[in-house]
Amino acid sequence: MPVFIRKPKDFFAGLLFLVVALGTLYVARDYSMGSARRMGPGYFPTLLAWALAGLAVILLVRSLFGGRDAIDRIALKPLALVIAGAIAFAILLRPAGLVVAILAVVLIGAAGSSESRPLPALLLALGLAAGSVLVFVIGLEQPFPILGEWFTG
Amino acid sequence: MDLFGNLALGLATAVNLENLLYCFAGCLLGTLVGVLPGIGPAATIAMLLPATFALGPAPALIMMAGIYYGAQYGGSTTAILVNLPGEASSVVTTIDGYQMARQGRGGVALATAAIGSFFAGTVATLLIALAAPLLADVSLSFGPAEYFSLMILGLVGSVVLARGSLIKALAMILVGLLIGIVGTDVNSGARRFAFGFSELAGGVSLVAVAMGMFGLGEIIQNLQNQARDGTALFARITSLMPTRADFRAMTPPILRGTALGSLLGVLPGGGALLSSFAAYSLEKKIARDPSRFGRGAIEGVAAPEAANNAGAQTSFIPLLTLGIPSNVVMALMAGAMIIHGIQPGPGVMKSNPSLFFGLIVSMWIGNLMLLILNLPLVGIWVRLVRLPYRFLYPAIMVFCGIGVFTINGNTFDIYLMALFGVLGYIFAKLDCEPAPLLLGMVLGPLMEEYFRRALLLARGDPMVFVREPISAVLLGMTVLAVIAVASPSLRSKRDEALQE
Repeated sequence: MPVFIRKPKDFFAGLLFLVVALGTLYVARDYSMGSARRMGPGYFPTLLAWALAGLAVILLVRSLFGGRDAIDRIALKPLALVIAGAIAFAILLRPAGLVVAILAVVLIGAAGSSESRPLPALLLALGLAAGSVLVFVIGLEQPFPILGEWFTG
Repeated sequence: MDLFGNLALGLATAVNLENLLYCFAGCLLGTLVGVLPGIGPAATIAMLLPATFALGPAPALIMMAGIYYGAQYGGSTTAILVNLPGEASSVVTTIDGYQMARQGRGGVALATAAIGSFFAGTVATLLIALAAPLLADVSLSFGPAEYFSLMILGLVGSVVLARGSLIKALAMILVGLLIGIVGTDVNSGARRFAFGFSELAGGVSLVAVAMGMFGLGEIIQNLQNQARDGTALFARITSLMPTRADFRAMTPPILRGTALGSLLGVLPGGGALLSSFAAYSLEKKIARDPSRFGRGAIEGVAAPEAANNAGAQTSFIPLLTLGIPSNVVMALMAGAMIIHGIQPGPGVMKSNPSLFFGLIVSMWIGNLMLLILNLPLVGIWVRLVRLPYRFLYPAIMVFCGIGVFTINGNTFDIYLMALFGVLGYIFAKLDCEPAPLLLGMVLGPLMEEYFRRALLLARGDPMVFVREPISAVLLGMTVLAVIAVASPSLRSKRDEALQE
């Protein structure tokens, strides 16, 4: 972190908003602007993006002055495992079915907590899988494959 | 139609077996959510929204409303008994409620909270039934320019009362508005910001964003801060019945809390949370002996509990009459109404009065159910608080995944949820509140439409927004709100009030 950035929270928030604004302007350049009287699809988003860019610049400038702050540590382990669990659920749902997808999301997700132990996590996963099949597939008749293409061929 | 005719119509809708059942289910689930720390009402309503698809609009909305105010009751129970606020809106109740419990007056504190909440709920219900038709009539005369300005006021107003940086909150609103207009443009049919994904043609799923930011994002934060107080001292409940002196002490604070909560609930950004904090500071300020607060003052339980329930209910007024959600829970309610084919706004009352008044009357019935339900079940709720988070959060992850999938039946939305989970966590680290983003997302498409129509009618002249008197007043109020917050003296006062 360069020393002249006194408020990294404002700096990175500003940077993030600036990227969103510039990205929007870049994509929206292909959309017709129209006129104020007959607005094209690009008019309103372009307006919003300029306003966002303005706020982002204020944040960036503000980050150089005043008292210092610091961004908390990013907890990579819970972040990675919770997100990986959700993605595993999405990948497995159709090919492997609901039961396998739930086992995956619970076991991967549980690994994100330092307090989890393997056996209780497995029991929790099995319980949630059974409960979800009962409630969502049999009870509420939602269109989930209990077992996916991998098992049914 | 008069007040009693309206209420009778609502009663006819609310009192049938199906609706009573869903009202009960909503209250029960809400209490459960309120009791469990780490799951807020926004995440729960997002999780359960798909489950209500199979229902009609009336039972679905009745159930979701039940979850919202049920959560306030449940949150206060654990706040009093084990010093763990299940909801942010019951944080202040822990201060004096838990002290009362440690002095052996936990039962009295619970009864005070329940009585205060019920009274406030009753008043707020009547207030909605009285005020909503008037406001809806006013708003029917609004043109596109007035609506656009009203939305600006609603969005900006919702962040000036919130804590944290105003600029970041405004930026989050803009990001939300931009996310809201992803998808097919209704006027030209052009597909915008879809990046070739056909799943985005209908827009970004509100539920996927809400579950990503409030479900997954909060789980990651909770796992990081896992030093939670699991060994809270459980105070024994002796007598539930308040004494005559207790009743005398709690009555004025309940009345003040109800009034303050009803008022703050209507404001953009208001609702249960703000109301409870404001009511507590008010009581402390006007008390003859402020030092009693924090040591088990009954006023410190009665006022915020009445206020948060009143605020939770009156925050339905702007949604139902103007179509403008004032907080995240209302934004999700708006999403639910749209999914059920109802455009929230003044039209609801005219075109669907039985739904409208049915919802309102069911809120009162729900409050009655909670009053009866809550006290006998205290033992169960207290045991639930002890459910370790390591068992709770994988279950939330499963429900998030299943819930998001059922909305559109595609796994694309689950990836989207994962993406917003990461974003939600990053935003939290940068002190950017996620709530304004969600409000912007709900209002994005509507706002663009009104902006377009207003300028079309004015032949492209942007001065129309300040030339129309109502619109000019609304924009003037917005500017005043921003100036008020930007001024340093008011700012420090606001932060002080939110910190207490």
